[in-house]
Amino acid sequence: MSDRIQAPLDRRRVLVGARSVRGPYVVLACEDPDGPRPQAGQFYMLSAGGRWGGGDGERPFLPRALSVMRAAPGGRGLEFLIEDVGPGTARLCELQVGDGLLLLGPLGVGFAAPREGRRPLLVGGGVGIAPLVILRDRLGPGVPPPLLGFRDTARALASREWLPAARVATDDGGYGHRGLVTDLLAAELARDGHAEVYACGPPAMLEAVRLLCAEHRAPAQLALESGMACGYGACFGCVVRTREGYIRLCVDGPVVDADRLEAVVGVGAVG
Amino acid sequence: MTEATTVGFCGIELAHPIINGSGTFDAIAARRVFGDELLERFPFAAFVTKTVTVEPRAGNPPPRLWELPAGLLNSIGLPNRGLAGFLEHDLPVLAELPVPLIVNVMGFTRDQVATLVAAFAERDEVAALELNVSCPNVETGMLMGADPRETAALVERVRPLTAKPLIVKLTPNAADVPAVARAAQEAGADAVSLINTLRGMALEPASGEPALGGITGGVSGPAVRAIALAQVHAVAAAVSIGVVGMGGVQRGRDAADLMAAGADLVAVGTESFRDPMAGLRVATELVALPVSGAGAVV
Ligand SMILES: Cc1cc2nc3c(=O)[nH]c(=O)nc-3n(C[C@H](O)[C@H](O)[C@H](O)COP(=O)(O)OP(=O)(O)OC[C@H]3O[C@@H](n4cnc5c(N)ncnc54)[C@H](O)[C@@H]3O)c2cc1C
Ligand SMILES: Cc1cc2nc3c(=O)[nH]c(=O)nc-3n(C[C@H](O)[C@H](O)[C@H](O)COP(=O)(O)O)c2cc1C
Ligand code: FES
Repeated sequence: MSDRIQAPLDRRRVLVGARSVRGPYVVLACEDPDGPRPQAGQFYMLSAGGRWGGGDGERPFLPRALSVMRAAPGGRGLEFLIEDVGPGTARLCELQVGDGLLLLGPLGVGFAAPREGRRPLLVGGGVGIAPLVILRDRLGPGVPPPLLGFRDTARALASREWLPAARVATDDGGYGHRGLVTDLLAAELARDGHAEVYACGPPAMLEAVRLLCAEHRAPAQLALESGMACGYGACFGCVVRTREGYIRLCVDGPVVDADRLEAVVGVGAVG
Repeated sequence: MTEATTVGFCGIELAHPIINGSGTFDAIAARRVFGDELLERFPFAAFVTKTVTVEPRAGNPPPRLWELPAGLLNSIGLPNRGLAGFLEHDLPVLAELPVPLIVNVMGFTRDQVATLVAAFAERDEVAALELNVSCPNVETGMLMGADPRETAALVERVRPLTAKPLIVKLTPNAADVPAVARAAQEAGADAVSLINTLRGMALEPASGEPALGGITGGVSGPAVRAIALAQVHAVAAAVSIGVVGMGGVQRGRDAADLMAAGADLVAVGTESFRDPMAGLRVATELVALPVSGAGAVV
């Protein structure tokens, strides 16, 4: 939560040190002794050390952007939370302990400290809770319970592992509040006039968060997604529209102040 | 790199024969991301800028990227600050790079290209110019490089404006690429570079709509490697000026193949997206390869 942390120029080959499965989510852990300690909200570009490509439809080819979910001091002990949504994440999810993993990072600019007099309020949807886990670690004690939304009970239950004290909404009402996480957020913003929102999740959720925060004049930092080929500013492919024009999300994000955006628009995630 | 690998290209001395493809590496952004380590171990022997146009361009609406089997389809749309912005903001930073600078320019008219060439002709920071006559993403970009007469007219127009080496970046989407290359040579170009991306398209499977904001895009990466090799081979046989070969290079072996087909330098493009140090890795692998009749494909 300071200035940009710079990445080593080398893509590192590391080994998967631990792997766990919680519902539809896979957590991969690895040691990265040659990398710096990342900021909350930063991400890495990951690919499997072998058989990257040659799967269904001959993809994946490009590395995939994954937020860091946890990082032990010194850049060691990185953890990533992954949901299988396509060939790249499927290949990462099937990696086992001892398999090779290529990583580049940490990349992007992460979350900033809350503005003067503001209390951080964390809002996450689905696999987008990953950067909120490290953010919560970094903010320390006294952070109000994060507000999380999930499609179903399996995902909601899985999240207890990483954000145990959260207040949860599920689409089907199988766990916690029946409805959207933004229902919880609306109530919270009405109650607390000093919140600064930190949000990550699907585009429709982030757009609803943006609108609610604007309505309540609450500052919000949104961790956005867009298809990325390189992750370090080389391809100009990951742009999102802001009030000042397009920005490359990989170097000028992924965390963007909500008031810089006219809207959060989903852009198909490549690599 | 050892001194033995030093290569001369259009009178420019390079530490090794591997450079970047225009638009596939942003040295300014990379320096923000990686810090000064980028300058200490710069991955390329020369740096080619992303295409500069006279006016600023925002680029195409997203999505701009679509992954392909062993490749990439892009419709970036040549975003850049425009000539004045480039001269003010980018050139001073790029001048700090430890390697020669090649500025890639494109215009929608010959006058615009002339304006760009004349502006860079007087800048000592610039070692050479590359004319992008081949961008398939922007409506009118096809025109100048698709036909030998058009290309000749363009090169004749700008040749008198600069003593710096002029590299013409050919489009692979022309009917007779060697004929365009010959026309460029006869009009005074010092080198040609190829291949640029091949025009392609993808539909989003769920909606059946074009996957890219720009509708069509350019295909790059290993998927185009065999096409690049064939075009470099044909062009090198047709001209006696320098040839920069590119298209799908991932390893030293791929660079060696392009050199065997007649390339003097090789550019790495899409592979840098997977690995920022790909350029230096390819250069290192190239030196380590057993010498096997480079330049001998006939
Ligand atoms: C900064 C950042 C942080 C992220 N953090 C995480 C994280 O912590 N955990 C996590 O699980 N995910 C995260 N993601 C998302 C993750 O990067 C994507 O889910 C992943 O890249 C998808 O790759 P895939 O091959 O599995 O799926 P893809 O097949 O790429 O599918 C994903 C989407 O891409 C589109 N698509 C379909 N076919 C293609 C094609 N041929 N080419 C291009 N696009 C296609 C579709 O819209 C599809 O819904 C993050 C993304 C960003 C940008
Ligand atoms: C994302 C992307 C952007 C590109 N932008 C430019 C550009 O601005 N100007 C240009 O002359 N070529 C541009 N190119 C073409 C490359 O320089 C190169 O000719 C092509 O990608 C083939 O090489 P590769 O297969 O190694 O990528 C671009 C290619 C890609 C993939
Ligand atoms: S992912 Fe390539 S510029 Fe952002």
